[in-house]
Amino acid sequence: MAITVKLPTQLRDAAAGAQVVAVDGATVRDALESLFAAHAELRERLCDESGAVRRFVNVYVDGEDIRFGEDLATPLSDGAQIQVLPAVAGG
Amino acid sequence: MGATGLRCRECATPYELDASYVCSRCFGPLEVAYDHSGLTDVGALRRRIQGGPQNIWRYADFLPLAGGPPGPSARASSRAALPAGCTPLIRADRLAERLGLGELWVKNDAANPTHSFKDRVVSVAAARARELGFEVLACASTGNLANSVAAHAAALGLESYVFIPADLEEQKVLATGVYGTNLVKIRGTYDDVNRLCTELSGERDWAFVNVNLRPYYAEGSKTIAYEVAEQLGWRTPDRVVAPVASGSLYTKIAKGFAEWLELGLIEGDEPAFHGAQAAGCAPVARAFAEGHDVCRPVRPDTIAKSLAIGTPADGPYALDLARRSGGSIEAVDDDEIRAGIRLLAETTGIFTETAGGVTAATLAKLAQSGAIGADERVVLVITGEGLKTLDAVRDTFETFEIDASFDEFCQRVEPVASGAVA
Repeated sequence: MAITVKLPTQLRDAAAGAQVVAVDGATVRDALESLFAAHAELRERLCDESGAVRRFVNVYVDGEDIRFGEDLATPLSDGAQIQVLPAVAGG
Repeated sequence: MGATGLRCRECATPYELDASYVCSRCFGPLEVAYDHSGLTDVGALRRRIQGGPQNIWRYADFLPLAGGPPGPSARASSRAALPAGCTPLIRADRLAERLGLGELWVKNDAANPTHSFKDRVVSVAAARARELGFEVLACASTGNLANSVAAHAAALGLESYVFIPADLEEQKVLATGVYGTNLVKIRGTYDDVNRLCTELSGERDWAFVNVNLRPYYAEGSKTIAYEVAEQLGWRTPDRVVAPVASGSLYTKIAKGFAEWLELGLIEGDEPAFHGAQAAGCAPVARAFAEGHDVCRPVRPDTIAKSLAIGTPADGPYALDLARRSGGSIEAVDDDEIRAGIRLLAETTGIFTETAGGVTAATLAKLAQSGAIGADERVVLVITGEGLKTLDAVRDTFETFEIDASFDEFCQRVEPVASGAVA
C-alpha cells in the first residue's frame, strides 16, 4: 500500500533532507519499518531502546493521534498519510 | 544575564539561545539553563528586585533576555510594551473560613493587561522574539494566549497570526480580533490547532510563542512564584493550588520557588503543588490517579475551554512534581466548576473564568478531604477573568424585576433578599 510519511524539520537531516517519504505497510509499525529501511538514522531518533516511539514524539495518521487508535498496530488504508511531530509544543 | 543556553530536559544536550524547542537527538523539550553563581549577595539581590519596575522585569536576573529588560532603563521598562505581572496577592479570610482553612491567599492574575497570566509568558517570548529578529508573532491558543499575543503584537508593532479552535467562547474571540491580528479559526480541538502550528513553525520564519519560542515563554510563568514569595515577605507557602492544561504553568511555578530556595533568597520548604483539571479533560489527573508516568491523550469535553488540552506537553513533568512535592492532581466536573466560580466570587469579590472555577473547586475538594492542615499557608492561583466566560454563570442566580415603586420593593424584594445573602 502506498503510504506517505511527513517529517518535521528537526528530522529531515536524517532523511536526506526529505519532507515527505513514500513508504509501504499495512500498519504504522510496518510503515515506520519501511521508513527506517530507507533512512536508518531515523530509528534511533524516533524510537527508544525497546522499539517504542519515544515519549516526546507524536505520530498521527490522517490527523488522528495513533494513541487514540491502536498505537503502532493502527491499521493503514491505501494513501494514508503519517505525520511525525515533536510532542512538546503548545499550552 | 544569567541565561547561558538551552538544554534538553531529557538528555542534557546543550543548545544555543535561539528559536528552538526540541532536542534533535531525543525530541525532549529544551529548557533555559542559567548560571546564578554570581548572585551570592542575597541582600543586594532583594534590594535590586524591590527597586525594580512594577512588573515581571523586576526579576530580569531570572529571565532569558540577552539585553536585559526591555526599555531604555530598568525603571522605564514599567512603560515598555505591555507590562505584565505584579498582580495582587489577596488574603482570603472569608473563603478560608468557608472551607475550614487557616491562612489562604489568592494570587489574582486576572489583573494583567489582557486579564490572564498569559501576559507573563508572552512578555518574555515577545521580548526574546524581538531580540532574535522576528517580525511576526504567532500562537496556538485556547483563548487567553490569543488575547495576549494579539495585544503584545499590537503594542510592539509586530504582525501576528493567532490560531484558535473554532468553537471558542465569543468573548475570547472578540477580545483577540480587536487588536488587528490575523485570527485563524481551526475546525477542530486545541490539539488539532497545536498540530497545525507545530507543523507551521517549521515552515514559516515566525515566532510561535508556545512552539519554537516555548523555552523562553515557559520561563515567564516562574514570575508568579517570585511574586508570591516576595508578597509573602520572602517566604514560601506550604501549598499551591494551580490549574493544569499543558502542565507548563504548574511546573514552572515550582521551578521559580526552587531557584529562589537554592539561592537562599527565600525562607521555607518547597511547597506541595496541587494541580487542577476539569473532569472533561483530565489526562494528567487520570494518570496521577492510576499511577502512570505518562498521560494518555483525551478528547476534551468541558466548559473550561482554556484548560482543554487533551495531549499535555508537560504531563510527565507535572506528574513528577505532584508526586515529589506531596501534592496531587485533581479533577472537578462542570457543575463543580460553576460552583467554584460562585464560591470565589461570593467570598473574595474576585470573578474568575472557568479555569479559575476549576482551581477554586479543587481547593474546596482538597479542603473537604482533609488534605490541607489548619495551620498551613495556602496560595490559590487564579489565572483568568470571569468576563471572558460569561456563559458559565448565565442562569446561575435570581434577579428581581419590579416597577420603580417603594411599596413593590418592600413587598417583593426585601422579604426574599434577606434570605438570599450568602
